[in-house]
Amino acid sequence: MLDQHRDYVLRTVEERGVRLVRLWFTDVLGNLKSFAISPAELENALEDGMTFDGSSIDGFSRIQESDVLAVPDPDTFELIPWSEPGAAEARVFCDIQNLDGTPFQGDPRQVLRRHVQAAHDQGLTFYIAPDIEFFYFEQPSEPGQRPVPLDHGSYFDLTTSDAAGDLRKETIRKLEQMSIPVEYSFHEDSPSQQEIDLRHTDALTMADSVMTFRLVVKEVAASQGVHATFMPKPLEGVQGSGMHVHMSLFRGDENAFHDGDDPHQLSALAKSFMAGLIVHAAEITAITNQTVNSYKRLVPGFEAPVHISWARNNRSGLIRVPIAKNANPLATRIEYRSPDPGCNPYLAFSLLLAAGMRGIEQGYELPDEADANLFEMDDSALAKLGINQLPQSLSDALHTMENSELVHDALGDHIFEWFLRNKRREWRDYKTHVSQFELERYLGGL
Amino acid sequence: MTDQRRSIAVFSASVTPDVARGLDLAGYSWKGIGSADEAAEHEPAEGWSGAIIDCTESTESAWAFARSLRKDDTSVSIMVLIGGAQIAELELRDELFDDFCLTPFHPAEFETRVRHLMWSNNGTVEARTDVVEYGELLLNLETYQATIAKRPLDLTYMEYELLKFLAQNPGKVFTREILLSRVWGYEYYGGARTVDVHVRRLRAKLGEEHANLIATVRSVGYRFGQSRWGS
Repeated sequence: MLDQHRDYVLRTVEERGVRLVRLWFTDVLGNLKSFAISPAELENALEDGMTFDGSSIDGFSRIQESDVLAVPDPDTFELIPWSEPGAAEARVFCDIQNLDGTPFQGDPRQVLRRHVQAAHDQGLTFYIAPDIEFFYFEQPSEPGQRPVPLDHGSYFDLTTSDAAGDLRKETIRKLEQMSIPVEYSFHEDSPSQQEIDLRHTDALTMADSVMTFRLVVKEVAASQGVHATFMPKPLEGVQGSGMHVHMSLFRGDENAFHDGDDPHQLSALAKSFMAGLIVHAAEITAITNQTVNSYKRLVPGFEAPVHISWARNNRSGLIRVPIAKNANPLATRIEYRSPDPGCNPYLAFSLLLAAGMRGIEQGYELPDEADANLFEMDDSALAKLGINQLPQSLSDALHTMENSELVHDALGDHIFEWFLRNKRREWRDYKTHVSQFELERYLGGL
Repeated sequence: MTDQRRSIAVFSASVTPDVARGLDLAGYSWKGIGSADEAAEHEPAEGWSGAIIDCTESTESAWAFARSLRKDDTSVSIMVLIGGAQIAELELRDELFDDFCLTPFHPAEFETRVRHLMWSNNGTVEARTDVVEYGELLLNLETYQATIAKRPLDLTYMEYELLKFLAQNPGKVFTREILLSRVWGYEYYGGARTVDVHVRRLRAKLGEEHANLIATVRSVGYRFGQSRWGS
């Protein structure tokens, strides 16, 4: 099978006159990395991988040996639709290996591969469909400038001079050319805020798709002199950008989350999976929400979750169980609402799966549905219901993660330790920063 | 007419006496093998002159073996032995065998079929068509390139394989399960949703104008092109 894949790739490069093949991979923080090779080197790369020095990549550095191998995954070979005419370019995602061919511990894609495989070994396929929000702003003239939205539209608005709408349309066209079908797209609630919902696919393909998605959105915007950002909370006082993750597990053709006899249409397996997410939610939050800014989105009043709870139709909870269209058993799924689009999708999907699978293995009990508006309840009422809050800051989240045996196992020593070190440094930098808020509040009066 | 230098691979968990006798009497050199690894190990330097593949016991490994033989050498002649109740297994696998023989068989029939199989192997290799055409869709199987209305389609490998399979069987309705087993093969365990995901991606790449080349047949599966019944 692999031979034919390889032939297909090599032949396509030849037939389509591809001049450059970009090898893509992802660092621990979720930044897309790329290096280009000529078509002449591709055959060798597909066979043996390409050696490179990993020491300058975030999270790839090691003490003994810094060389690693990038091994292209031929399934992900695609022509890049924005390459210049006459100079076609292609991309292919890579798995990073040690020189002896074993998976490199610092590679997020290999981490997700391992979790997806573990689920497969139990006959389960993990499907994901994310709803990704982002903002369009005028190109900043200098870094750190207050962002200027393109419009002041709102939810589902269709304005006459909808520049953002044109950008969105062009983005979707390019996404579909790169095998990323879009389910919905619309103007979100905040000025210049957009949402694009991707169609479900298996978790590994979806993590690749999210990486491609972020690049396509930014490329298309930049070509029109616009800046697109996945920063979780760029504007104070309006909603931030989330990445709600819709999830289901399939056993062959059957949706293992569905049970027609259950009042919620949820199977026992789905409930244990949800319970796993609820028990471990706080521990995985540093990964699903990895920046200082992430926690400015997770506050009451802006449709972002604050409490660790679930409900069928309550958007203040962490997990929502959407009602399946036409009672279609295949569409039964759960929506996990805290992640933001600045996360590393490979690591975030890995931990969501690991937490859910832990719930299944240990037979966790799902707590009662919390259908009241949790934002209107005081702490003692919440405590009575046994509902906790998500971590309140990056520092909180890191502290909780550090004590999590689940996250440690799921990420492996290398990423677990590197991530904590790197993010603690980020928190320290932030802690020493004196903000505008403080100057306005204290400078005069104190 | 026997070819003494090369021999026939007989893929079977245990070669039945009927098969062994038939081949011996007809004067063929042959080797019983139980796995692809064994086949590679015993393969003569000039390659196998033909293969007889017993599908009656382990169908999956039998087809996997046929596929691996075809991949290495498209000209090798393959005959499959199959039980009467299994005949549906042959459907849509035309590329994997040249002839078949129902078991249990009459020794004379078996011998005749083997002789004919070896004869056609010595004759001209059957010309396989390199191009699949349907309306404005063109697939060049040799170069793996696809175009619609002369516009090149940039497909991933599995998108290409699915489109090829559908375009080679226009007008026919396939269930997701059949598509999964015939296009992805047994080793894939992604489930029928994989088919839906790829069909959606193919339609997007074909473009609005041509997306309806792949029709959804409600509660059955998919059909490429016009129905054979003209609906």
